[in-house]
Amino acid sequence: MIAARWGDLVRGMGVPRLIIVAFLLVLFSVAAGTGMNLASLISQSVDRIARNGILVLALLPAIQGGLGLNFGLPLGILCGLVGCVITINFGVAGWTGFAMATFLGSLLAVPIGWVYGWLLNRTRGQEMMVGTYIGFAMVSLMSIFWLLAPFRNPRLVWAIGGKGLRTTLTLNENFEKILDKFLQIRIGDLVLPTGALLYFGLICFLVWIFFRTRAGLSISAAGDNPRFARASGIQDSRTRIQAAMLTTVLGAAGIVAFSQSYGFVQLYQAPLMMAFPAVACILIGGASVVRASIRNVIIGTFLFQTILTIALPVTSQVIQGDVSETARLVIQNGMILYALTRRGDRT
Amino acid sequence: MKRFAVPILFLTLCLAGILVARIEPLFLATEMSIRFGRNSLLVLALIIPILAGLGLNFGITIGAMAGQIAAILIVHWGIGGLPGFALAALVALPIAVVFGWLVGWLFNMAKGREMITGLIAGYFANGIYQFVFLFLAGTLIPFRNETMILPQGFGLRNTIDLTPIQYALDDLLPVKLPIFGGNVRIPVATILVVLAFCLAIVAFFRTKLGQELKAMGQDAHVAAIAGIPVDRNRITATILSTVLGAWGQLLFLQNMGTMNTYNSHEQVGMFAIAALLVSGATVKKATVAQALIGTILFHTLFVVSPLAGKALAGDAQIGEYFRVFVAYAVITLALVLHAWQGRRRPGSTAPA
Repeated sequence: MIAARWGDLVRGMGVPRLIIVAFLLVLFSVAAGTGMNLASLISQSVDRIARNGILVLALLPAIQGGLGLNFGLPLGILCGLVGCVITINFGVAGWTGFAMATFLGSLLAVPIGWVYGWLLNRTRGQEMMVGTYIGFAMVSLMSIFWLLAPFRNPRLVWAIGGKGLRTTLTLNENFEKILDKFLQIRIGDLVLPTGALLYFGLICFLVWIFFRTRAGLSISAAGDNPRFARASGIQDSRTRIQAAMLTTVLGAAGIVAFSQSYGFVQLYQAPLMMAFPAVACILIGGASVVRASIRNVIIGTFLFQTILTIALPVTSQVIQGDVSETARLVIQNGMILYALTRRGDRT
Repeated sequence: MKRFAVPILFLTLCLAGILVARIEPLFLATEMSIRFGRNSLLVLALIIPILAGLGLNFGITIGAMAGQIAAILIVHWGIGGLPGFALAALVALPIAVVFGWLVGWLFNMAKGREMITGLIAGYFANGIYQFVFLFLAGTLIPFRNETMILPQGFGLRNTIDLTPIQYALDDLLPVKLPIFGGNVRIPVATILVVLAFCLAIVAFFRTKLGQELKAMGQDAHVAAIAGIPVDRNRITATILSTVLGAWGQLLFLQNMGTMNTYNSHEQVGMFAIAALLVSGATVKKATVAQALIGTILFHTLFVVSPLAGKALAGDAQIGEYFRVFVAYAVITLALVLHAWQGRRRPGSTAPA
């Protein structure tokens, strides 16, 4: 009886997710056992979940649209960064600044996403590899752009020489933590970034609604079975482009939300590897290369970001040295490998 | 003519860079003789999986890790010179075989997605490698060596001094070529070893196994029907590539004379693959000659671009980003062309 239930649980959650949940429980019991400040750990975790949520959500349309795991997420991120840089350059602050950065980033992401989708249509079967390297290539190309970009605002460029954008730009005069501080809840050491959570929830809700409209259902249907969709009059080459545009736009909006919570805009090589933890999140949440849901996004972001946040302070109580970065590499890439090698997920 | 478009484009870029930065021939010749010796085996290691239909082996990084493990061991044992280098190659062999077998097994589980799987497998293996050498060495794994271990008592230092085996092979047959108004040191023995591997690879494709791999590369399905053990041969091809990767990394390290314990292997895959592709090789076709030419072209650009960037824009950083961009862009281009052409093959689903 118990054995049967245990078997169901393993099948339902998958071995990797069980290991991750177990690891998380161990971390929390160590934290409790060594008398750490649990409230502060939880606050930090929630902060990170709200910060990364939309970037993880951005992967959902690509998976649903049949493009697989979108390792080309840096494309969207770069669009969002351009939005942030322009906003800082014109010194737009507060809610207007946040809205402006999100709007400009998303606007730029529309044509970029279209081209990306067009290219992925021509490279069917290798979307993930092509996406990875387009992302890498664009991050390096944009690094050259950041160096040469015609911005003169002293808040953006290096103090010495007056040319080339700084590696990190501060948002303290623009929209640092503007979502996080909206309706912020404080109970002792427990601080919850209500606004950021609400914003993440709102975007999730919009995406959820979208995938229930005719357009959204077509994207899912064509991603699930292109031939069947074609038989019922859906052109999958078009829905795939729509999926690519949506994932890129969400990536742009996601990095703006990320930056407001982080307080800094990171340029140059920072976006290079950003797709991989996001992909790991959605997979840990139970998504596969061909199927994902909002639930996967939320659960996955919660599990992985919580581990990432508390692993360092907790493990440093027990062992010397920073094991958290190593643990991140192993968990993140182990999870992606598991998803890539699962049989029966072949499109 | 179309075949030569990519290498000609590259040659033009290199020449333009050389002219813009006014690079001394002596400097370039010295750099290239060093870089050719230390990088070409890593590029050669990619050929076998390509012809066997596995695509670009991004898992080559894992072979490089096997080489580094061997290097760590011989430094720990304190064996230097040519014997030390030979022992490192010997020790790396079984490690690389096991790693290659594991990677090949993964590739068989992820057919059609070998390249992305290889890339992620490299990142994953890097995590395990870090865990072993940063946390287990000196704690669970007995490792007493004050010069190699961090002051905290466990974990290897970030750099490991390889001077005992530095130039073990490069200086075995010391030759100095008096050209361009100076002496260019030629690592003759290393180049001979590289050439020997070239011949071995060519000879390998004349054997029965080599022919089977080529048949699989053309059409795995037909090969399977013809009775070729496709899955097993794919693993063999991956093992061979991983072993060559390990030895390639050892050649690289004996020239460098120092090792970044946790970073030296990270970029190996990207640079080797980009080097192979600039010669006009593709995801499905590559020759030994292309590997050698690609190494020279890519590394010329590698040396030239920061200098050209400095001469053009007064900033070496631009050239630095540019060469990384070129490496990524070349790989992207090859992948796009491959998938683009792959779509037109019979049997693949035609677009609506």
